Amino acid sequence: MSKVQDYTSRLSDPASRRMGTFSYLPEMDDAQIRKQVEWIVKHGWNPAIEHTEPQFAKSNYWYMWKLPMFGETDVDAILAELKACHDANPDNHVRLIGYNNYTQSQGANMVVYRGTPV
Amino acid sequence: MAKTYDAGVKEYRSTYWEPDYTLKDSDILAVFKVIPQPGVSREEAAAAVAAESSTGTWTTVWTDLLTDLDYYKGRAYAIEDVPGSDDAFYAFIAYPMDLFEEGSVVNVFTSIVGNVFGFKAVRSLRLEDVRFPLWFVATCFGPPHGIQVERDKMDKYGRPLLGCTIKPKLGLSAKNYGRAVYECLRGGLDFTKDDENVNSQPFMRWRDRFLFCQEAIDKAEAETGERKGHYMNVTAPTMEEVYKRAEFAKELKTPIIMSDYLTLGWAAHNSLSKWCRDNGLLLHVHRAMHAVLDRNPNHGINFRVLAKLLRLLGGDHLHSGTVVGKLEGDREATLGWIDLLRDRHIKEDRSRGIFFDQDWGAMPGVFPVASGGIHVWHMPALVSIFGNDSVLQFGGGTLGHPWGNAAGAAANRVALEACVQARNEGRELEKEGKEILQNAAKHSPELKVAMETWKEIKFEFDTVDKLDTQHR
Repeated sequence: MSKVQDYTSRLSDPASRRMGTFSYLPEMDDAQIRKQVEWIVKHGWNPAIEHTEPQFAKSNYWYMWKLPMFGETDVDAILAELKACHDANPDNHVRLIGYNNYTQSQGANMVVYRGTPV
Repeated sequence: MAKTYDAGVKEYRSTYWEPDYTLKDSDILAVFKVIPQPGVSREEAAAAVAAESSTGTWTTVWTDLLTDLDYYKGRAYAIEDVPGSDDAFYAFIAYPMDLFEEGSVVNVFTSIVGNVFGFKAVRSLRLEDVRFPLWFVATCFGPPHGIQVERDKMDKYGRPLLGCTIKPKLGLSAKNYGRAVYECLRGGLDFTKDDENVNSQPFMRWRDRFLFCQEAIDKAEAETGERKGHYMNVTAPTMEEVYKRAEFAKELKTPIIMSDYLTLGWAAHNSLSKWCRDNGLLLHVHRAMHAVLDRNPNHGINFRVLAKLLRLLGGDHLHSGTVVGKLEGDREATLGWIDLLRDRHIKEDRSRGIFFDQDWGAMPGVFPVASGGIHVWHMPALVSIFGNDSVLQFGGGTLGHPWGNAAGAAANRVALEACVQARNEGRELEKEGKEILQNAAKHSPELKVAMETWKEIKFEFDTVDKLDTQHR
């Protein structure tokens, strides 16, 4: 039994909260984030940026950062908006969504900047 | 000119074999694999199947002349060789819309797989595919919510969903069972599941199970900040009991319940599906008993037909086979019916066993559930085969982790996310899977141990029910 490792998730520890897809992986570096943005652009999905205070992350409705970037295919422009949102809200989770308007769903949804756990 | 009554036995082919028939968009089309009795011609056997599954009986009766039998009859309109078989052939049959009650899957199948399957002129008979015309699809109920709505309700995007069936499937007390659920959900799974035969046995009555599992869900949600569910199986001996359990699940505000659609019965399942839409609960569907119907390659009903009829009856998830795990499943055939479950329009594709174009109109899609004998090493193949709109359902592959369920669940989730990330980066999962998993394991001791535990397990038995090909 001594080799068995404890699973350290705790109700009392805000750092145990997860944020959906990719939140069980280490935070992505810039090159990795770029590739995920390219995946969204490649599918013709509409990029959109949202953010929230971490303690309210369970809500469906995070704050929209401006409006979805309909038809935007410039990866650098999308990355720049993500950074602008993060700079303005440094303690918040910032997520990138790829809206698929044909399925009326989100083809992608990932937290790109992780906020400060509260 | 009116016909005259001529009593006696006629050859079926004189009435029910019509190779020149022009198909109507409104016809229900079926293709059967037929092995006739020795001495019975293909045309006669095909015509007999058409007759016995529609208007025909063995002898002429005078009341035939009181109606326009030529309009109401089903007719065999084509015959094809079955690749790789000298005995069997495919018989294509068209049924006019008037033969069926609108919105009644029960009625369609009572006709086309009814008495005909015991018919003496054929040695064996298998329903391979059915084309449901749009008028019929539109009169059926369909999935209570569908894939997109489930993603919104559960807040899961851009990846397959993850589940785990709690084991041992029978014998745990409700409180211990809830413990197993809690550990899986806090470790990172989206769902846990009652097994198909978990109903309300003496060792664990349904109400106790529902209460303990709901506490497990609530705590795991608070702890992880993510939405969770447990498929609460409401399959029961009577509809009164089914509704009673479903109502209680609703009172608990649980997101999803479950039915065994073949053993519960199609009408009962259809009613439950309607209840789920009315009450906002997702419906997971297990296919226990399917192999009785679909496993024999020469007799019965192909699973693609059972999958299509479930989409018509209603369900948000359906077990579809894994291709890679411990249970039966040919890869191309499985790809065929998972498309039939999810897509809006599916083209005829014989390489996937799809005989007809199928248009589902606006009917929502069903999540295919890959369940049975899978573990982290299968993850690259599963993500590649099933894509995002699927539920990857573990059992021993979560619960059998040396450090327990939470670690097993975390290993599953890390492996999944690593594969999705790599796929999105344009990497080929089935070629680079090992490297992708090994890299992810550097940051996840849970995944590393899972990979050491299951490395050697392989499932390489030959599939019994394969697609019909020359190389059989």
